[in-house]
Formats: sequence, C-alpha cells, structure tokens
Amino acid sequence: MISVDVALERDGFSLVAAFEGEGGLTALFGPSGCGKTTIIRLVAGLARPDRGRIVLDGTVLDDTETGVRLAPHRRRIGLVFQDAQLFPHLSVAQNLGYGRFFTPRDRRRVDRERVIEVLGIGGLLGRRPATLSGGERQRVAIGRALLTSPDLLLMDEPLAALDDHRKLEILPFIEHLRDAFAIPILYVSHSVEEVARLAATVVRMEGGRVVAVGRPAEVLAPRRATTSIDRFEAVSVLSGRIAAVDPAYGVTRIAHPAGEIVVPGLLTPIGAAQRLTVGATDVTLARTRSPATSVRTALEGRIEAIVSDGGPFALVTLELAGGEKLHAYVTRLGLDALGAREGETVAALIKTVSIDERGLSGLEVPQEGSS
Amino acid sequence: MFSAEEWTAIQLSLKVATIATLASVPFALATAMVLARGRFFGKSVLDGIVHLPLVLPPVVTGWLLLLTFGRRAPVGAFLAEHFGIVFSFRWTGAALAAAVMGFPLMVRAIRLSIEAIDRRLEEAAASLGAPPWWVFATVTLPLAARGIAAGAVLAFAKALGEFGATITFVSNIPGQTQTIPAAIYTYTQTPGGDFGALKLSLVAATLAFGALIVSELSVARAGRAGGRA
Repeated sequence: MISVDVALERDGFSLVAAFEGEGGLTALFGPSGCGKTTIIRLVAGLARPDRGRIVLDGTVLDDTETGVRLAPHRRRIGLVFQDAQLFPHLSVAQNLGYGRFFTPRDRRRVDRERVIEVLGIGGLLGRRPATLSGGERQRVAIGRALLTSPDLLLMDEPLAALDDHRKLEILPFIEHLRDAFAIPILYVSHSVEEVARLAATVVRMEGGRVVAVGRPAEVLAPRRATTSIDRFEAVSVLSGRIAAVDPAYGVTRIAHPAGEIVVPGLLTPIGAAQRLTVGATDVTLARTRSPATSVRTALEGRIEAIVSDGGPFALVTLELAGGEKLHAYVTRLGLDALGAREGETVAALIKTVSIDERGLSGLEVPQEGSS
Repeated sequence: MFSAEEWTAIQLSLKVATIATLASVPFALATAMVLARGRFFGKSVLDGIVHLPLVLPPVVTGWLLLLTFGRRAPVGAFLAEHFGIVFSFRWTGAALAAAVMGFPLMVRAIRLSIEAIDRRLEEAAASLGAPPWWVFATVTLPLAARGIAAGAVLAFAKALGEFGATITFVSNIPGQTQTIPAAIYTYTQTPGGDFGALKLSLVAATLAFGALIVSELSVARAGRAGGRA
C-alpha cells in the first residue's frame, strides 16, 4: 500500500496532496498541469517534496521531518514513462535485463518468460528500440519495469503518446498485468475511459490539489450541475456481464439488471464481468423503453435527482435496478417537454456508437505488427 | 625521404599528441560532466577558465605554463621533487602545452553530447535499481561516446598543430621538444628550407586527416557494436 502526503512549491505551482492507494490499480486522474506527474516523480524519488511523507508497504521512502530520503535506485519502484525511454544503445533483450542484476535473487518474483508472453514481445528481443513501433516500445518499457519485481509500478500516461489503435493494443496488456502479477500500480491518466476501465481507486486532482478519492463510479460522476463544457467529461460507470455476441453486426450484448446494453465490438468470454463508461451527454431520456428509434439500449431507472443552475441544461441522475447510478445531461426544454419529475421511472436510451471501446476489456488484441 | 631529424620530429609529434589526448580525456569528461549537469555558484567562471586557452594568445598560455610548471615555479618544483615529473624543456612539457590548448575543444564536444542525453533515460535506469555510478557507466558514457571520440580527435589534431604555447614553454630543441610545427618553423627560418617545410606540412596535413578518418570509422563501428552488444 502506498501512502502519500506531500507539499511542494515550484515556480508558482503549488502541490498539496494526500491519498492512499490500496492493491490493484490506483489512478491519478485530472487535467494536464494538475500535478499528477509531479506526484509520480516524488514517489519515484526523482523529485523531493518541500515537506511530507511517502510510505510504501511500511517502508518510509521520504519523510522531511525525520530527514529520511531513499535514493531512487533503492526504492524498488518500477517506472514507465509516457514515451517509453528505452536505452537506445541496447537491444530489447538487454533493456529487459537491465534491472535484473540489481534485483536480489530472493526478490525475483516476476518470471521473465511470463512477462515476455503476457506482453507479446518475444519476437522483438533482438531488435533495437529505434526499429520498434510506439506500442511495441511501450510494451518493452512495461516489461523492463516489471522484471525488477517492483513493490509498486508507476505509469505516467503510458498511452498518451500513442494513437487510438495503439492504445487499444496496450490497454489489454495493462489490464492483464494488473491481474497476472499482483503488483500495485499507480497510474496517471487524463482519460476517463482508461481510468474507468482499469482503476480500483481513483484520485481526482485539480490545480495541485486532490479533490476526490474513491471508486471510479463515484469519482467520475458529474460533480455539479453545470452549463460549462465540463459536461462532456462527466460519465457514469456501469457494470454487467457479457451475455451474447452478435458477429453478424459486430456488437456484444451486456446483461445489466436494468436491461440489456449493446456495445460495439465482440467481447469475450461470455459470462465475464464487464465495466463500461457512458458519457452523460450520450444519454437520452424517454417515457417508454421501446420508442421508435435506432437506439437498441434502453435502461429503466428512477429519477433520483434533477439539478440545474438555470442555464440551458439539467443534470438528471437515475437510480437503475441493481443500484448503479446513471447520469444524463438533457436540456431543460426537453425535460419539461417530457414532463418527468423526481421519483418517476423513465427509460434511458444509450447509443451504441457513443460507447468508446477503449473502456471495454476483453477485446481481441490486434495482431502484432498490424497497421 | 626524411632526414633523421625530420623522423624524430614526426615521431615526437605523434607521441606528444597521443599522450596529450589520452591524458586529457578523463579530465575533460569530468569537467564536461560538471559543466553540463552541475548547478553551482561560479559555474560560468569555471566555463571561462576552461575556454581561456582558446581565446588567449598561445604565447600567453605558454608563458603562464612556464610561470606555473617551470623548474623553479611552484607547481613545477613540487612535481619534480615529489613525483620526478619535469615539464620544462622536455617532451612532457610539449604534451602538457598541447593538452592545455586542446582541452577546451574536447570539453566542448563532450559537454554537448552529454547535454543531448535525455535525463529521463538515466532516471529510468535508476528506477530499475542501478546506482549512480552504474548509470553513468552503462547509460551516460555510451550515449556520450560519439562526443568523446569527436572531442578526442579535435584535441589530437590541435595537439599536432600546436606551436605558440609549446615553443614558449619548452622551446624548440631538436630531438627533445621539436615537434612538426616547430621543425617547419625552423625550416622557414633557414635559407633553402622551403622543400623541407613543404614535406613536413604535407605530413602534418596527412596526419590530421588520418585522425579524422580513424575517428569517423571508430564512431560508426561503436554505433553498430552498440546495436549488437
């Protein structure tokens, strides 16, 4: 478990942050410049807090009060940069082996063959970093960090430098290694989909401050009724089980207590738990579950709250069967035309095309070297 | 083709330039590292001192060397007494003068190559458990190798051609301190010496050019070896 409580002042930027990450993946989430990367650097020991304390599994890494400061190479923390940072003068195999020498034999918990297999980099071992694609480089960088059997893995926007196709290529690997190697991960991202898909705990940051800590569904929910452009970032996180795939149409049906959700792509395996994110602006409210539209997903829910600041929009929060919350931004005009009030039951229509497959797990990994 | 005296001058020049270059590398590397990475008060002063031989008249540099490393000068006397190292009017003095004159060129080339290294590569190495000296040896040094090679060649070529500081510091003694440039100078002061001056000038040009090619080849090879290793 990582526990961070730090303050730092640099060139007019002030960071005051305290949070704890349990096992699994803890996401540091927020807009760029909010201090996420600074926290990663502090935890890695590459920067020093003005005051504060960082503790990993009972080992004090930094404590400005007692003057404890563990050098980066003694921290047993793996670090994955946004842009891989592979050693250009070494082969992939040498990059992977770089940290091995410094990992005491009895600490080597991560098996090299398994890492190579999980990350699908077996065919790259003899190559130079310069000849790899961005996605391949990032996978090697993840493998290199994993092979030191770290007590914590830091990932600083590992997907940000990749195009959408490469993101889809890497995401399943991150998900897989989170589950396969049982190493806690501190993951920096500004992508709602990544965070919703991967994180057990989300630390939301803004302007150098932690504004919320909790489960993705709570932290990623809209924080206030707002007329600002914030509405595009508000999401709901729903979980269901994969019920059926429809190869003819290229979609998958997810069973949810409130109804069936149709998502793009062919997901496997049947019966697996599946988390998905739904943008609050992508939800349409209707009186009945089967109006004549092309939309195939209609979830039934009770209107728990309607919030508006008097601008054009209202934020409607539905409580779905099973207890999950679904947030919908609608116009006040449309809401009044519908005549819906708090406590009433309505149908929420969700366009399949608006669901980002990056938020879905279990997707087939694109073949190595494709595109 | 060459007289015995000319051969001596050529061999002496090669010896002086080689020793001067090899002995400079560790100091130049340390200085370049400090200038590239250090953050301390007086850094620009150090930078200025390193560059001094480049901007001072070589005669002045030679004279300052004489004042410092001469037989009766403080440092010179100390080194002679305790280590038996004598610079004045010896080939070692010529090597020292050549090293000092080439030093700023070498530091400059190495410093540029160190500054071009992404620090995050070193941070990545540290996060993998490598202590600082190992990071230096396995990441910083290999990535700066081209700059070190380029700096060494520059310094070597400079050492081959060094004249002003050398002649001021250790004079122009055939067989002892007479390098190629000093021998050429002697020819130009001798009636009928033009042919000798021409021969030695061609030798100087060939050596400098050869050093350049050797360095290009070794850098290219280091690049490939780095890929294979």
